[in-house]
Amino acid sequence: MLNRRTTEMMVFTFFRGCAVLVVLALIVLVGYILTGGLERLSIEFLTEMPRRANTQGGILPAIVGTFYLMLIVLAISVPIGVMSAIYLQEYESSSVMGRVFRLAVYNLAGVPSIVYGLLGLGIFVAYLGLGFSLISAGLTLSIMTLPLMITSAREAIAAVPSTVREASYALGATKWQTIWHQVLPYALPGIFTGIILSVSRAAGETAPLMLTGVAMSLQRLPDSFFDSFMALPYHVFYMATQSSDLLATRPIQYATALVLLLLVLGMNLIAIVLRKRYRDKYRW
Amino acid sequence: MAFKIKREGRRKLRKNKHLPPQEKLIQLALFLATWSSVAALAAVFGELLLGAFPAFTSIDIIDFFTGTVWNPSHPMYPLYGILPLFVGTLMVSFGAALIAIPIGLGCSIWLAELASPRVKAIFKPAIEVLAGIPSVIFGFFALVILSEWIAAVFDPVTKLNALNGAIMLAVMMVPIMVTVAEDAMNAVPRSLREASLALGATKWETIRHVVVPASISGVMAAIVLAFGRAVGETMTVLMATGNATLLHFDMLRSVQTMTAAIAIDFGEVEFGSEHYHVLFLVGLVLFVITFLINFLAVWITKRFKEDY
Amino acid sequence: MTTAIHTDDLHVYFEKNHALKGVTMDIGMNEVTSIIGPSGCGKSTFIRCINRMNDIIPGCSVKGAIMVDGADINDDDVDVVNVRRRIGMVFQKPNPFPKSIYENVAYGPRLHGVTETVDGKVRRRKHTKEELDGIVEHSLRRAALWDEVKDRLDKSGTSLSGGQQQRLCIARTLAVNPEIILFDEPCSALDPIATAKIEDLLVDLKKDYTVVIVTHSMQQAARISDKTAFFYLGDLIEMGDTKQIFERPQKELTEQYITGRMG
Ligand SMILES: Nc1ncnc2c1ncn2[C@@H]1O[C@H](COP(=O)(O)OP(=O)(O)O)[C@@H](O)[C@H]1O
Ligand SMILES: [Mg+2]
Repeated sequence: MLNRRTTEMMVFTFFRGCAVLVVLALIVLVGYILTGGLERLSIEFLTEMPRRANTQGGILPAIVGTFYLMLIVLAISVPIGVMSAIYLQEYESSSVMGRVFRLAVYNLAGVPSIVYGLLGLGIFVAYLGLGFSLISAGLTLSIMTLPLMITSAREAIAAVPSTVREASYALGATKWQTIWHQVLPYALPGIFTGIILSVSRAAGETAPLMLTGVAMSLQRLPDSFFDSFMALPYHVFYMATQSSDLLATRPIQYATALVLLLLVLGMNLIAIVLRKRYRDKYRW
Repeated sequence: MAFKIKREGRRKLRKNKHLPPQEKLIQLALFLATWSSVAALAAVFGELLLGAFPAFTSIDIIDFFTGTVWNPSHPMYPLYGILPLFVGTLMVSFGAALIAIPIGLGCSIWLAELASPRVKAIFKPAIEVLAGIPSVIFGFFALVILSEWIAAVFDPVTKLNALNGAIMLAVMMVPIMVTVAEDAMNAVPRSLREASLALGATKWETIRHVVVPASISGVMAAIVLAFGRAVGETMTVLMATGNATLLHFDMLRSVQTMTAAIAIDFGEVEFGSEHYHVLFLVGLVLFVITFLINFLAVWITKRFKEDY
Repeated sequence: MTTAIHTDDLHVYFEKNHALKGVTMDIGMNEVTSIIGPSGCGKSTFIRCINRMNDIIPGCSVKGAIMVDGADINDDDVDVVNVRRRIGMVFQKPNPFPKSIYENVAYGPRLHGVTETVDGKVRRRKHTKEELDGIVEHSLRRAALWDEVKDRLDKSGTSLSGGQQQRLCIARTLAVNPEIILFDEPCSALDPIATAKIEDLLVDLKKDYTVVIVTHSMQQAARISDKTAFFYLGDLIEMGDTKQIFERPQKELTEQYITGRMG
């Protein structure tokens, strides 16, 4: 049998190795996209329409499409999600309904995005007749992000200590006064973090768009919510798997991936910083 | 004097009848918002059932679950056997789990027990960043870079294969696992560790005999959750595994998963056709599987929860 | 003695747990009443009934009457918000809001506004800045905290020391101008010096308010209170003048408890 200390050393070396491996994976991944994408990245790439079946020009419609999708998610998923979180956590904290809903919402967060795509196709595109459009895709993404939105906001609200609520009630505050003046201000950074993460998840999502009508190539920007649209993540997929000359458009693929990566990582970094500052600031 | 009260304890909170009207309005708005989210989420399940329903009458359900051939586009005799897709999903996700579990656990233990606060302050954001990368980027990387590396090492039958997808999925699983498992280990009170160390156990023995058993529910939930995410992942496997629909068990050959089948086939399917409804049925199967996996994770957490 | 609070056969259940088993008790106006007893005997449960704080605990039900000013405040038809405004509470662990000292004290008055009668009509309006400043200063002075914090009213309430935080919580309660103030072991988290300050303050407060205090310290009860009530396993065993309870207890259980022969 090995000496106890030697065993410990070997095991710990393995653990450290695992950690190094994961960081390495991140660096390699980002590194490849970065070096591959910088070559083609330019102001024109970001601001021009695609030309010659996407083999030349820029990706402006894809950027704008993704931006619109994020706006729709912000406008729909955020208010409904935050309101639901408040209700479930503050008004139905102990009821059976509250517990069932919370569990259901939590479980739905694990349902694959492609399944939400089926919902979008069946309901928004077909049944409601919204067609393959920006609004169909946006609504689908909004529903997809709802569980994450509700769960993260709920956790932020639950983290506000109950002594704060008690103190407020004891002064004669009503329930809503207590929520509005005491609970929400201190849950707000946590709620914001959840919002940013949800929206960035929606921005990077591809599969639901494929069922709700993302376009392969457009020479114009969508002029209404019922228009068809391009989106960054789908553009990466399309260019990497279906474009006419896969090898020749590789720089475009890399550069599009890089734009998407920067967008999503930027939002994630904001969320991380926000959460850290929040943790340092409020300690009860 | 003994004066008994019939209605002992009620779960409901005592209602205040004197709420000002604006407060009632707010409460109503919150209530409606909650019901709309629940309705929207119930619609997911309802729509799947509705969309899949015609398939129950037009194809043989037994054949669907036991059929070994998935060839829905055959003009005369389309075959809707889900097994190749199901096996494809299992091969890729189990392969990914085999890689991700040891690495993820190693990472979690290192993070919870060994890393210095300064290293942690860099490492944890890195994990979060990794978790935030869109799956299409992982898919792109697997398609363009990873498949070349695998080809160079293993000389596979097809360049895009199950192993390619499994490795890429493993990279995506690790951050999910680490986040949950590390939390569980951090929740183990320091006094337990100190008790073990004070008895002369080494740090590793303490981890193995105290920390891991005490956090086992969280660790298992972490594994299950990450596995569920792998089963439901679409873009990565779609781009990485080559999408051949033959039934086989060779990690070095191409496979198609259930998710990928839905994504690909909808490009060509005719609206309202038999194929269309069968795809909804595949979606329903996927929904049920992932919902059960999630439920399992919740159950494990509850069932094995330690109270300190 | 005028009675400020009269409870009649008060029962409390937490789900199936019968935590308070028929407490009938009179609490005198402008007196300090102490409640003592071993932990878990229902002291907190009892005083939390008086300002209906138990309403926010799921599964808790309160039966019986609590008469204040001739009305039963435990009645379902009574506005609980009004009850809590008239009957303030200070908790065991100091719990200032994570806001500035000023905002902590101004929070209550801001919520309630000013109700005034103009030309025979009752109107509610917001406080003016001067009024608020006045209330904040007066409350902090009354809580013997003004001199320590007057130069840093904009600093966070959580930055104060434990004893100061507790006095801030008292000032916050005074700012809504209650008639009765309930204290649930207000000194248990404090050091002896901070405790002494709070005790002086309590004795001073009884000139204007009715004070009920739960304490696990018999010395504290003896030092500051006029009346003392002894609870055991959800029952009120004995209540009387503090001097009498500690010198000539009538009940066997009380004697056992105050002589330390019980846990
Ligand atoms: N929030 C609660 N939920 C369930 N039971 C409670 C709750 N608060 C108190 N109890 C129960 O009521 C009884 C009296 O508790 P409490 O009034 O807090 O005692 P004391 O303040 O005298 O120490 C105890 O048996 C306790 O378990
Ligand atoms: Mg108590």
